Amino acid sequence: MKNPIENLNKNFDSRVRLGIMSALMVNTEVNFNNLKELIQVTDGNLASHIKALEENGYIKVQKGFIGRKTNTTYSATKAGEKAFKLHLDALEEMIKSSK
Amino acid sequence: MNDQNHHLDTLQDIKQMMERSSRFISLSGLSGIAAGSCALVGAWFANDYITTYKFETGPDFNADRGEYIFKDSGSLLFNQLFLIAVITFLTAFFLAFIFTYLRSRKTNTPIWGTTAQRLMINVIVPMATGGIFLLALIKNGVYAFIAPGCLIFYGLAVLNASKYTLSETVYLAYSLILLGVINLWFTEYSIYFWALGFGLFHIIYGTVMWWKYERDN
Repeated sequence: MKNPIENLNKNFDSRVRLGIMSALMVNTEVNFNNLKELIQVTDGNLASHIKALEENGYIKVQKGFIGRKTNTTYSATKAGEKAFKLHLDALEEMIKSSK
Repeated sequence: MNDQNHHLDTLQDIKQMMERSSRFISLSGLSGIAAGSCALVGAWFANDYITTYKFETGPDFNADRGEYIFKDSGSLLFNQLFLIAVITFLTAFFLAFIFTYLRSRKTNTPIWGTTAQRLMINVIVPMATGGIFLLALIKNGVYAFIAPGCLIFYGLAVLNASKYTLSETVYLAYSLILLGVINLWFTEYSIYFWALGFGLFHIIYGTVMWWKYERDN
């Protein structure tokens, strides 16, 4: 019997990253401040997790402006959505198998 | 076993995050109670005008068309009813906004964030359409369907909104639509239907929501 743990994605193994991915799954794009309010983390913490997800190709960054203020928005890539769904399936499997 | 709980927590976190990021959840139950109370006060004043008018001119109910026929002073009555309706709506909206604003401060969510904007657009489109439709009814003297029209269009607006805010609003929406549809056949009791829908239903909804989400905060 295969071990379902194998399918759990290490990249999503943090509350902050799960939060980022969850928000981006149901919204086409979310900006930095909204993510910060949703997940309730510090700027630095959020930025480092975003960077990690971006380096894995799970999310993409769009830099823009609202007036003169920078407005950076994030959205999930196709690969990111797929990876996150697999992670959720793995979680489900784990729960079912441990019943 | 412990592991299972951990994963369940994770799933719960994910679900909550998806909800919070796509729905405007600061909508306060107190807003519903306040709006409902305004509606009841408005309906009371309106009923006063209607009965006074009936008393002065005698009952002039046209059973075929299911509505009161307003002769000469009818337009005056409708001006006054219209004024009451506008004041009621503005007061209800203002009070609803205040309570929701206070709640958003407490829950630390922006009052004018993405979710709030999405909610507003989805409420305004059916509401404005309904408003224009009802103005056309008034213009053509079809007064009988104003109250059921208010209930139906507002119900549809709330139904649309329920996808972008607390999901329980869907029950309020269905109740309002059902009440509005029934009202179509009993237009002589419109003022009571209107008070029931806009007054009592809002107060019940608001109380339940307040009890469920805000009581212990």
